[in-house]
This record gives sequence, structure tokens and C-alpha cells, in this order.
Amino acid sequence: MRFKWLIPAIYILFLLLPIYWLVNMSLKTNDEILSVFSLWPHNLTLDNYRVIFTDASWYSGYINSMIYVTINVIISVSFALPAAYAFSRYSFVGDKHLFFWLLTNRMAPPAVFALPFFQLYSSIGLFDTHIAVAIAHCLFNLPLAVWILEGFMSGVPKEIDETAFIDGYSWPRFFVRIFIPNIASGIGVTAFFCFMFSWVELLLARTLTAVNAKPISAIMTRTVSASGLDWGVLAAAGVLTILPGTLVIWFVRNHIAKGFALGRV
Amino acid sequence: MHLSLRQVCKKVGNQFHIADVSLTFTAGTLNILLGPTLSGKTSLMRLMAGLDRPTSGSIHVDDRDVTGVPVQKRNVAMVYQQFINYPNLTVYENIASPLRLARLPKHEIDRRVDKVADLLKLAPLLHRSPLELSGGQQQRTALARALVKEAALVLLDEPLANLDYKLREELREELPRIFTATGSIFVYATTEPSEALLLGGATATLHEGRVTQFGPTVDVYNRPENLISAELFSDPPLNTLPVTKLNNSMLYKSQVELPLIDRMPELPDGTYTVAFRPHHLFLQRPSPAAIGVRAEVVIAEITGSESYIHVDVAGVRWVLLAPGIHAHEVGSAIEVFLEPTTFYIFDRHDRLVVSPKLQTTR
Repeated sequence: MRFKWLIPAIYILFLLLPIYWLVNMSLKTNDEILSVFSLWPHNLTLDNYRVIFTDASWYSGYINSMIYVTINVIISVSFALPAAYAFSRYSFVGDKHLFFWLLTNRMAPPAVFALPFFQLYSSIGLFDTHIAVAIAHCLFNLPLAVWILEGFMSGVPKEIDETAFIDGYSWPRFFVRIFIPNIASGIGVTAFFCFMFSWVELLLARTLTAVNAKPISAIMTRTVSASGLDWGVLAAAGVLTILPGTLVIWFVRNHIAKGFALGRV
Repeated sequence: MHLSLRQVCKKVGNQFHIADVSLTFTAGTLNILLGPTLSGKTSLMRLMAGLDRPTSGSIHVDDRDVTGVPVQKRNVAMVYQQFINYPNLTVYENIASPLRLARLPKHEIDRRVDKVADLLKLAPLLHRSPLELSGGQQQRTALARALVKEAALVLLDEPLANLDYKLREELREELPRIFTATGSIFVYATTEPSEALLLGGATATLHEGRVTQFGPTVDVYNRPENLISAELFSDPPLNTLPVTKLNNSMLYKSQVELPLIDRMPELPDGTYTVAFRPHHLFLQRPSPAAIGVRAEVVIAEITGSESYIHVDVAGVRWVLLAPGIHAHEVGSAIEVFLEPTTFYIFDRHDRLVVSPKLQTTR
């Protein structure tokens, strides 16, 4: 099997082709994109990136996205931690049904919730704020976070809790000093998944914002100016949108498979 | 200080995990809970620790009712069968954690951790993470954390069960020495009769959530009050034979006849259970009074220094434990010998009526 590397190599090549093309486009001028077929930029330019980093209507999109994604990750993880602990450690009436019901929240398309959220947030003055998008994304991120964390928590023997209580730890102290360090990788994976879903979500983010909290994904899809589409700048924006995800995944690369299995391995 | 359980019951769903247990342990004693898996050893310990609340009954420390007191406020320590340590803390911090929570001064913490680390030979490992240690070292760390607290009640739930043979022997030898060094009440759960005998102290035999007997370990072994206690305290299992006493003989299905010696003739006629330990069933006639019985070999196991021969005697399964190697073909017929002076005899309520100890002391 001298060529056993060949098939994965072809596979990866196919996967990377669109990403390469995006990077390729982002480094070309609009003229070159539209006029000739070139496998690599003949007139290499960073102008497209310069536009994004200097034009407030572009870079504010990134800032807005990062703000609401961060808020969402913090809310999701901090609310999911005690909830997941309860599901993992205690049995109470209807616990299994409730646990399953959490997941069913992901079964409805976000479009279903776009209208009620829009109306509700408008009437209480939350429309076009970062917190509005962050809370809306909890709709699907919080159940996911509870599921993933519950899996990781159930991997920690219950006897550790009891030993801590016997040693004299109060519950909050035990939770912060002993338990959270024990599931640190689980929290990392959970944060990553919340980040990922919140970062790529377009519909709710676009519906609930207008100017002040407009996310980058919404800006990218609306950039048709009088002079037509600015292909190069759009491609550069695309590249910059992929980057944060790549950075975050680097930190959880060793635990990500367990996260996809919702912590149950 | 003493701990007493008064008519303690623990019901989960419709099942009694602990049924009507009353026990009193005094300070400076080692108490063994002996029983098979699911006999309620762990449930009982959790009740003593305060991790669970009894369904009914009460738990007292020095006549103070502590039944509803949360575990943080009890003066207890516990070691589990699994090796439970805090993986995010070093061995030193693991051991020191109960002392830190009690807000002891730093030099006192250092002194006590060093002392217990010396006792359990953990001194060179104090700055490692528990995950880098072997199973025996991890369990010693857990033991150290339980001992350093100098709690009034120390609960050890099969602490050696998950260790390999060598380490278990080693720790088992160290434990009595460690126990005597403190003035605490030790409660030690085990499934192995031999471990109970090695550790000494007092033993409570547990069967389906009930204490069948509680007393000094050797006494419980020598004079089990009932058949269940005798069976719990025998490994390999006790050999039994249901017999009918009529006039001057005891008969099993008119196939095995046992002569009556000593006090046996005084027993009223009726049904009894004769029991004797596997090492009191012999391949060679041990004394002129021994009774020979025809038996069929079912299984022959050889451990090296001893042989276990499972035999079938007129439909009853017995185990014979003989020193040395005895190879017997499965299915072959042999003659085995019973020594009536080693008999325990239980009445039809499974209460002990004749014990071998009684006969020798008479």
C-alpha cells in the first residue's frame, strides 16, 4: 500500500478547494476576479483587507458579532453548569422528560422563533442590542450546553462530591474548587460549541438587529452597492469570518470528538 | 465517644436496603461489617456518615441525636472502594484539604500531613498529582486524607477490594497498626471472612440489610448464633446437611446417618441443619469416631498449597478443603469423612443449638 496517503489527500484537497478559492479571491483585485481565470493572484493585493479594517461599517460587524457571541457563551455556560449538575447528580420527578425536552428545543427551525422574538424584543426595547441576540441564541445553545456538560459531569464519580462534603466543603466551594477543575475540558468544549453555533447563526441575528448590533454575517449578505458586488472585499470578509473559529478549535482540538458525542464516551 | 444506631431503616422505593439495624460502637474500636455484595454494607455506612437520611430510626453520637445533621457538620471521614482523590490537587493538598477547611494554622497542617504521610509511606510523593500514582498509592492517599482529619468516626468501605493481591496484603498488615494509633471508631466493610479474621476487632454480619450477629470477630466466627451468620462467615462456603433427629440418630434421606455425641442426644426430636466448615471434611479418616460417606467428585480445584474438592453426597453439594495437591477425576467416587466434634447444629429456626466450641469446653 504505497499510495495509501492518496485517497485522504484527494479528500482533503476537495474539502480545501472552496476555502482556497476564497483566500485566492480575497487577494485579487475585482478586475482580475471578473476578467480572467487564475489559480493564484497575479496582482497580489491586500486592499480588500484594508477596506475591512478601516471602514467602520465592516469592522463594527466583527465587533458586534464577537460581543454577542461572548455574552451568549458566558450566559449559556454559567446557566448550564448548575442545571447539568442537577441532571447528573439528582433524580427528581420528570427529570428524564425534562432532559429530553431540552433537546427538542433544537428541533424547531430558528425561523419559527424569529417573528415572536422580533415582536417581543421590539416591545420591550431590546431590539438592535447585543444582549437581544445573545439571549435569543440561548434558545438552542443552552440545551446543547446542558447536554454536553451533563455528559462530562457524569464522568466524574459521585464519590468525589461526597468525599468533598465529608471533608467539609460547602456545595458552592466544592463546585468552584474541586468540581469545575475536574470538568475544565468539558467546559472548554461546551464553550466552543456555543461559540460555533452563535457565530454562524444568521437568521435570528439579522432579524433582531438593525444598525448598532448588526453582525458580520448580515453585513456580508447585504453588501450590494450601486457599483455592483465588491467581490474582493466580500472574500476577505469571508476569510476573516473563518479565522476566529479556527483559532478557538485549536484550543479544544483534543476534546472535540467527546463534545460531538455530547460528552458521553 | 460512641456511635449508636437505633432501629435504623432505609427504604428505597419498595425495597428495604437497611432493615431495623441497632448497633453501638465505642471509641477506639475496629468494627467490621461483613457481608456479600448488596447486603447493605455501603448503605449502612452512608447512613452513619450522614450522606443519606434513614427512613426511620435515629443515629446518636454520645446520646446526641445527629440523624438530620448534614455531613459537613459531622466529624467523620470515609474511604471508598474506588480510589477517590481530587485530581486537580497535589497529594499534599489532597491530604491537607480537610485541615484547610477546618482553618488550622499552616504549621499545624504541615505537621499533621507529614505525620500521616510518614505513616502511609507517602512522603516522597507529596508533590505529585494523584493521577500519576499507582492504585495502591492512590488508595493510601485517600486513607491519609481520612486519617489526617482525626475524625471521631472513620468509615472504610472495602478499601482494599480494588487493589491487586500484593498491595492488598501489604496494606492489610499496616491497617491494624494504623488503627491502634488513633482513638477513633473505625468501621470497615468487607466481603471476605478471612479479612475480617485478620483485622480482628468486632464483626457485624450483614444479610439483606439486617445485622444477623454482632460481637468480637473471633466469637462470631467460632459461635455463630444462627445459620446465616455461619454461612456469611465461611469462605469457601459452609457445608450443610438437613437432617431429621429421631430417637438416637440423625438421618438424612435415610442415606447418611450421623451418630449422636455429647449433648446431641438431649435435643428434642425434629428437623435440624448440621453444618461444618470445608476444612473439617476429610479425605482420610481423621479419628476413629469419624464417619465415612460415599461421595462423587464434581469439581476439583488445585491452588497449589491446597485443594478444593467439590463433592456430591446424595444430592447435597459439599466442599472439601485439603492441604496439598489431590488430583481426583471428575465423576469418580470417593469416600469423605466427617468429624462429629466439628459440627454446628442449627434448629429449624436456624438458631445455633450445638457448637463445637461448647463441646470442647465442657
